[in-house]
Amino acid sequence: MYAIEVDNLTKIYGKGETAVTALQGASFKVRPGELVAILGPSGSGKTTLLTCIGLINEPTHGTVIIDGTTVADGGWLGGIDLKRMRREKLGFIFQAHNLIPFLTAQENVMIALEINGLTRNAAKNRAVELLSALNLGHRVNNYPSALSGGESQRVAIARALANRPRVILADEPTAALDTENGKNVMDLLKKLAIENHSAIMVVTHDHRMVENFDRILEVSDGRIAGEK
Amino acid sequence: MNLAIRDIRYHRGRFILTSIGLGLLLGVVMSMGGIYRGLIADALSILHTNKADIWVVQQGTNGPFAESSRIPEDITYRIRSVPGVAEASPLSFQTVQIERRNKPFRFFLVGYDLNGFGGPPEILAGRGIRQKHYEMVVASAVGMAIGEKIHLGLHDYTVVGITGKVVSSAGDPAVYVSLADAQDIQFKKDNDAIRNDRERIGANLATIPSLSPPQAKYLNANIAAITESTHTVNTVVARLAPGANLQEVQERINRWNHFRPISDAEQTAILAKGMIEKARMQLGLFRVILLIISGVIISLIIYTSTLDKIRVIATLKLIGSQNRVIIGMILQQSLLMGILAYGIGYTLILLTYEKFPRRIVLEAFDLQSLFVIVMAICTISSFVGIRKALKVEPAEALGG
Repeated sequence: MYAIEVDNLTKIYGKGETAVTALQGASFKVRPGELVAILGPSGSGKTTLLTCIGLINEPTHGTVIIDGTTVADGGWLGGIDLKRMRREKLGFIFQAHNLIPFLTAQENVMIALEINGLTRNAAKNRAVELLSALNLGHRVNNYPSALSGGESQRVAIARALANRPRVILADEPTAALDTENGKNVMDLLKKLAIENHSAIMVVTHDHRMVENFDRILEVSDGRIAGEK
Repeated sequence: MNLAIRDIRYHRGRFILTSIGLGLLLGVVMSMGGIYRGLIADALSILHTNKADIWVVQQGTNGPFAESSRIPEDITYRIRSVPGVAEASPLSFQTVQIERRNKPFRFFLVGYDLNGFGGPPEILAGRGIRQKHYEMVVASAVGMAIGEKIHLGLHDYTVVGITGKVVSSAGDPAVYVSLADAQDIQFKKDNDAIRNDRERIGANLATIPSLSPPQAKYLNANIAAITESTHTVNTVVARLAPGANLQEVQERINRWNHFRPISDAEQTAILAKGMIEKARMQLGLFRVILLIISGVIISLIIYTSTLDKIRVIATLKLIGSQNRVIIGMILQQSLLMGILAYGIGYTLILLTYEKFPRRIVLEAFDLQSLFVIVMAICTISSFVGIRKALKVEPAEALGG
């Protein structure tokens, strides 16, 4: 079973004369444990693709299947709890890490677990385990403002992994990091994809990182222009 | 995990400062409620200490607290003879302002029959008045010590006792003297005035040709006795015998034509509704305005605080957070701010209410009602923030 199946995915913003086609007829499949890059210039439709797969942006046409569940077929399917799908099946990593500033590193991971119904103690144990695994055991009680860019991004990765999602979507996770930290994050993602058997899709235009991916989808003018 | 508490913990300085500001505002609201209750307590203070069932006053007047009322002192005996009246006592009231220690010194002078009732309700220090003349018992708020003397009218009076918080409807502390002394202070003319009056009466009588000199002298003495008489009081208060019918007693006194018997309930209404109604409305209006201001401030604070957290809210939505988590965070913050501000306001008023120049009466019902109102305001105020938060799209978490 594929972690992600996308068929003829199209997203059009607006209507009539002002309509803009951001994504047109994108089709691909991603296996669990696969690390896939979505590469393309600014405005090519990378983030739109990611938000459609991430159940944030409703597709205009096409099908999206996440971990065997059809979530969109020419629009969201009725009866699908998108929030629940995002909680249980998806993990997100952002360019600006988006940690909650008033929560410590540990609490930032715990919040994702508690939202998913874990008890406080279980969430705490899992958060400490994840942060320790990412070499942040000594930073659990620090607020994001006290963490470096690389550390913040690792906390964000821990939060994305907290609920053992089948799919991790990352939007330019290395854009705000220097080369060394960027490489470390990519190595970590690759390791996690294999260990957790999660499909990881990374939107990037950072060509320095391409060697880390199993597959690269090149997006241009809203279409999948090529695959390497 | 309680996000509201976590946010407050992180931004505690800002939260506390905001709550102090709101707390001061709520303290003012509480004090206004207390001032209003104090006005009522002050207005009814004399009434409650006398425990009278009927106040007999000059006909066509609303009694000594509302307007001038003068009736002869000897009406007391007639009232005592009315069936159903257990006891009656004459009272004299006068607001006095003199200079004391180079400062204006204002008090409410009460003259009472030493053998009747209407005197100081309790003696906290010293003793009650024993001599018919030149002794006084003062309310503690007057600030005089036992043995201290004060010059009133033509004589010096000595403080012999201290009583509790008895004040006039205007909030002036009470000073008790014997009825005779009060009448002297209120009505007795000084020697020059007496001489002048006698001369004037004599001169007027001399112009009447039909009066012989002995007749004129006799008339002069009689007229002078009437004009110099001080046996006038402002009211006679009466207590009924057990089982007596108040209405029947009132009707009987009414039939005398020159007096108006006011029941205690009517006197309370005259004081509470008539005299302090405008003050009550004014204070009430101020309280409403201040509560509206509090509501607007809380709304603005919660709204700007929500705007600060747009990215956080979008991230929470993106990672699958239920709306109730976000609503709970905003609502709890608003309520916690209200609770803390209320606590600050309450502590402030509790520490300072006795230092106010006028009586502040803090009633549990008022404070509890205000708490409920503050909580309602916080809940309603948080709606603007909640509305904004619910409109935030998860996609706003993306991007640099």
